[in-house]
Amino acid sequence: MKRRVAVAVASSLLLSACNRGVLDPAGPIAAQEKQLLINSTAIMLAIIIPTMIATIAFAWWFRAGNKKATYRPDWEYSGAIEMVVWAIPALTVMLLGGIAWIGSHDLEPSKPLKSTKPALNVEVVSLDWKWLFIYPDQGVATVNQLVVPAGTPINFRLTSATVWNSFFVPQLGSMIYTMPRMTTRLNLLADKPGVYNGLSSHFSGDGFPGMQFQVHAVPPDQFATWAQGAHGSALKLDGAGYAELSKPSSYVKPMTYGAVSRGLYDAIVANRVPPNPVPEPAHNQPVNGTKA
Amino acid sequence: MSFFGRLTWEAIPIHEPIPLITSLVVLLVLAAIAVWITRNHWWSYLWHEYITSPDHKKIGIMYITLGLVMLVRGFADAIMMRAQQSLAIGSSQGYLPPEHYNQIFSAHGTIMIFFVAMPLVIGFMNFVVPLQLGVRDVAFPTMNNVSFWLTASGALLVNLSLFLGEFARTGWLAFPPLSETQFSPGVGVDYYLVALQISGVGTLLTGVNFVTTILKIRAPGMSYLRMPVFCWTALASNLLIIAAFPVLTVTLGLLMLDRYLGFHFFTNDGGGNSMLYMNLIWVWGHPEVYILVLPAFGIYSEVASTFSGKPLFGYRSMVFATLAICIISFMVWLHHFFTMGAGADVNAVFGIASMIIAVPTGVKIFNWLFTMYGGRVRFNVPVYWLIGFMLTFTIGGLTGVLLAIPPVDFIVHNSLFLIAHFHQVIIGAVVFAIMAGYTYWFPKAFGFTLDERLGKAVFWCWFIGFHLAFMPLYVLGLWGATRRMQHIPDAAWAPWLDVAFVGAAIIGLGIFLTVVQLLYSIKTRDRRRDITGDPWDGRTLEWLTLSPPPHYNFAVLPDVHGEEAYWTRKQTAIKEEKLIAEPNYQPIEMPVNTPTGVIVAFFASVCGFAIIWYIWWLAILGLIGAFAIFVWYAWRDEHEHIIPLDEVIANARERRRVRHELLQELIKQP
Repeated sequence: MKRRVAVAVASSLLLSACNRGVLDPAGPIAAQEKQLLINSTAIMLAIIIPTMIATIAFAWWFRAGNKKATYRPDWEYSGAIEMVVWAIPALTVMLLGGIAWIGSHDLEPSKPLKSTKPALNVEVVSLDWKWLFIYPDQGVATVNQLVVPAGTPINFRLTSATVWNSFFVPQLGSMIYTMPRMTTRLNLLADKPGVYNGLSSHFSGDGFPGMQFQVHAVPPDQFATWAQGAHGSALKLDGAGYAELSKPSSYVKPMTYGAVSRGLYDAIVANRVPPNPVPEPAHNQPVNGTKA
Repeated sequence: MSFFGRLTWEAIPIHEPIPLITSLVVLLVLAAIAVWITRNHWWSYLWHEYITSPDHKKIGIMYITLGLVMLVRGFADAIMMRAQQSLAIGSSQGYLPPEHYNQIFSAHGTIMIFFVAMPLVIGFMNFVVPLQLGVRDVAFPTMNNVSFWLTASGALLVNLSLFLGEFARTGWLAFPPLSETQFSPGVGVDYYLVALQISGVGTLLTGVNFVTTILKIRAPGMSYLRMPVFCWTALASNLLIIAAFPVLTVTLGLLMLDRYLGFHFFTNDGGGNSMLYMNLIWVWGHPEVYILVLPAFGIYSEVASTFSGKPLFGYRSMVFATLAICIISFMVWLHHFFTMGAGADVNAVFGIASMIIAVPTGVKIFNWLFTMYGGRVRFNVPVYWLIGFMLTFTIGGLTGVLLAIPPVDFIVHNSLFLIAHFHQVIIGAVVFAIMAGYTYWFPKAFGFTLDERLGKAVFWCWFIGFHLAFMPLYVLGLWGATRRMQHIPDAAWAPWLDVAFVGAAIIGLGIFLTVVQLLYSIKTRDRRRDITGDPWDGRTLEWLTLSPPPHYNFAVLPDVHGEEAYWTRKQTAIKEEKLIAEPNYQPIEMPVNTPTGVIVAFFASVCGFAIIWYIWWLAILGLIGAFAIFVWYAWRDEHEHIIPLDEVIANARERRRVRHELLQELIKQP
């Protein structure tokens, strides 16, 4: 089983070798955001290209040496032109403003995604300088590697145990800040299996460039297998384990914790040392679709 | 704590070759300049004509000099960053470790905004506004001198961080909690805070000075709707300074309380909230963009109209657009952090408000376009910058509106796409305007024009260099490249980063050629003298007086008729085939020189330095010194000196003779 996951991961890595970031969306959020980017660019180019051409054309035609051009030294106002030059950008902005309003509401990061499948809950903590991903329902956690089932909505709760960072997987769409003592929410979905690069997109200090991670989107059945297998890891994310992990380090290799203190995420948000003992390793809850 | 606070020999970067060598080179250059000035016995001249001068033109020239020198420093940072990102790919870590690289990008942003763009823009406002308004000086000439020196004091402290200690490693806005003592215990953030507090006071005083000047001191007949557009944009910009800079001062003050006295405004514990800082700093930060760009728009308006030989198209529309931008710019700050999770309604409102700014801005573009329409466009260097700007800025506007759409911002925020966008508007609009204004007003300041051929070469270097340096960043941003990366994770980005490096190098060549152009123009100044005081067939009052103008600008304050004060006057003279009757000259009272500014700034620098290094006794001495000089100045007996009548008359008659000759030539023309 483990080997099959490894093969799936490896093959998807090859597929994503040519990484085009937000231009190569791998989920509905990213796809819609890319479409918005392209549509808005096209709308504006329709005005900007003629303006640029007119700039060069007017300057050239009305050059001082051109005898054919009419010199109108006192022409400084035309009500009709004024109306047009105010109307063009105003109408464009009304159109784009509508797009922005609808888009903001459709793609609000905290909005749960519509899906027949229940969402996977993931709690994200940015540390100096790595990412901790806690799977509260599976009772496991990973560092710098996020394994998710493809085609399943993922419901993130995010915070920071240090300074601000921003959680961003360009091919999956929307980034969001992780901020100490606060929780932000984000909902994403990976359409198909693959490996997608993730990063912190808010500068956080000396180890910042080492905050790269990978998202492994695997077929749902393999995800269950992976989560089961993760319990086998001897690493425990209890008080001591967390204290060790939160020491500054960068370019950290992916790690998996077989067990996590219950309530660790909330303890981090509350700026408390993680309190609870690690639950039994046999702990195996079904994937829970309700909000975390 | 020892006698010298935190300051020890450790502060000197003995083990870091780059800052050490730079420090030594800078010290050598400064020493060489000092020797050169001493050899030529220029100290007295500099002291009386510039350092202690209350003359707005001299202060403007000092601001512009400061800005251009700091541009070299800011550019050095830029090329180092480009080199690092070209080298540090894959297994290589490049030549700059993170703790050094992070200082460089923080210093680059801080210097380019506060000590390049601001001094240059304020320098042009200083030089031009009183001349265009047809008056002798600003409302508070001595305070103007103080403003400059406080700005210079801030610049000094930022640059001192290179030699002693370190600069902030937090980015140019020093977001907490990263900038709190817990995460940034060193002196870097303190350098940043103290330098900006001191220069911020200078900027605020400038704002007060110019709003007062424009509202209260104008030539007879110069009603609001007869002011040149540059004056309108300067008014809007200074209103923004008055409204926005106190916010900056308070925000940085709160962070100083956190760092120095253990407060908890923005900390992770004790009830602090760092989101507050993000909001406050951008409440200043977004208007700041317009503080810079509105005067730039003013420069383009002057250039477009003068070199097209036509009045500005839609003058009132332009004024309205300027004021609209001025007001709306305060309602958009949240677009700098759509990704904070404020919710759809809030994001959408601020997104749409940001887009609305594109309407008056778009109108301005169209109005410049129609200013050229029906004109006789002379392709002098300023027009190159104008057209280069119009082409570059429209694309920058496009990407700006894209970033204003919250869901689009969600995928490009903080990326190199953003970097490309704001460099496109700041270089494309502000820097290009500064270069246009520099060429345009140089003959007014020094009495001879700059070399056109070299000027065009400089333009092409910037224009081509800019596009090579920043277009690749749009692409990389879309590929998921974020900003402030000391190491590049994806080898596929390398070729694009190399192109960006080449672009930056071409811009560097442009800066070098600017120096060459200046030296060459000085060398050949005798054959490029501006005898008429009106080298471009100008339309506004600065072209009425001599080049360079006397301290008092105008022998008699001009009477203004119509929107284009000087153009109207010239046309009347041509029609009537004579100059206006010689007015009744009077002796002129002008403010006396004072070393107040430079001494206050000296003590402010000492005090700031002491605060940075926790040398409390010295901080108190500095504060007392700065206060004492104010008291001393307040007790002065002599406020003004009189320009004797015969000097005024001699100057004015010479001016009339030249104008008369020019008029005869113009009349002879068909």
